[in-house]
Amino acid sequence: MIRVVLPAHLRTLAQIGGEVQLEVMGQVTQRSILDALEARYPMLQGTIRDHVTQERRAFVRFFACQEDLSHESPDAPLPDAVASGAEPFLVVGAIAGG
Amino acid sequence: MSKVRVLVGTHRGAFIMESDGKREQWDISGPHFAGWEIYHLKGSPADPNRLYASQTSGWFGQVIQRSSDGGKTWEPVDNKFVYDGVPGTHQWYDGKPHPWEFKRVWHLEPSLTDPDTVYAGVEDAALFRTTDGGKSWQELPGLRGHGSGSRWQPGAGGMGLHTILLDPTDPQRMYIAISAAGAFRTDDGGTTWKPITKGLHSAILPEPTAEVGHCVHRIAMHKSRPNVLFMQKHWDVMRTDDAGDQWREVSGNLPTDFGFVIDVHAHEPETIYVVPIKSDSEHFPIDGKLRVYRSKTGGNEWEPLTKGLPQGDCYVNVLRDAMAIDSLDSCGVYFGTTGGQVYASADSGDTWAPIAEHLPSVLSVEVQTLA
Repeated sequence: MIRVVLPAHLRTLAQIGGEVQLEVMGQVTQRSILDALEARYPMLQGTIRDHVTQERRAFVRFFACQEDLSHESPDAPLPDAVASGAEPFLVVGAIAGG
Repeated sequence: MSKVRVLVGTHRGAFIMESDGKREQWDISGPHFAGWEIYHLKGSPADPNRLYASQTSGWFGQVIQRSSDGGKTWEPVDNKFVYDGVPGTHQWYDGKPHPWEFKRVWHLEPSLTDPDTVYAGVEDAALFRTTDGGKSWQELPGLRGHGSGSRWQPGAGGMGLHTILLDPTDPQRMYIAISAAGAFRTDDGGTTWKPITKGLHSAILPEPTAEVGHCVHRIAMHKSRPNVLFMQKHWDVMRTDDAGDQWREVSGNLPTDFGFVIDVHAHEPETIYVVPIKSDSEHFPIDGKLRVYRSKTGGNEWEPLTKGLPQGDCYVNVLRDAMAIDSLDSCGVYFGTTGGQVYASADSGDTWAPIAEHLPSVLSVEVQTLA
């Protein structure tokens, strides 16, 4: 089971209380996680990645296992600890402002 | 007994304020969608409990919310705004071509007759429509397809389509305005559009009477006279009596004719309201005095309305979508400020009182008159 942690605004939008647990078929990548996430919570479509290009929104970051994976390929395999559910996949609103 | 519901969009959420017809005591709910920018929310004239809200964020993009119970509960609906076909380019600030990119919905205008039909004015400027209550949105591409689209350029606040006026006597006719492309009219339900800028003069343009490029801030109409429009341009208050074919200036004795809002009295089509702002480089009232100006003659002759408004050390702005008019017998006028105040007048502007004073910066104000 994949564990996903969303920022507060997206948890509110999707009416999610805490971590999300997802079944992901096949290889565990950013894309496969987000596909599964958006399938369960359609209101999140367009809020993490662009509707058309499917690119990550500029001020959204993806962290896991103390690493910033935001600039990795969306189809790159994620660390085993994420795939096994030992570590969560974090969707983070980037720091902005002063 | 009649009551009113005021819908306020702010930089950090939406607020809903309700009162009976006296408009003295207010129940305020909110913030709804706390922390998000609520550019606009508006109710359907055909079903007052059907509300739509534009919820946006620099981080998470656009969300559209819909309520079927007057704002007590909300549900997100479709937020996919995709330009029709190959989007092409408009001018960027440096004069170079820039691809059309959707950023946010500035204004939602529900149909006068169908609660499931809503028009959305967006940045980068385009007009979208839903006919299924927000489950899907389609662009009306004829507007951007007007031959001038590649010459449109954003103003400092972005290239937003912020005004949508529906003609109550002719469902094929509507008016829209864009900062800073100008104003347009369709007479065929949105298939084709024509600029309605003849008579406008903008010294900030290299060609002051150009067909497009005028920074129109707001247009208002009285439902009984849809051919008469009033415009607050960047500078100048304007009027047309022929559906925009020809405009004339009616700034008259205003202390400054820069401003954002303009609106029309519910029962007196020649009574109009503006909030003069000192200048485009100082977005606050002259002398720190917050004054609404009213003309009972359709422009030119204006009187300041000050009773109940701060007349010293007030340096707020009133943004383009932040004034509204109710239709009770004693006409109510409402506006919100960038300082987080929402003021109401239950006597056509003669006296004012705050409904709320410490909200986040106000982006939009709408009012519904409920039976």
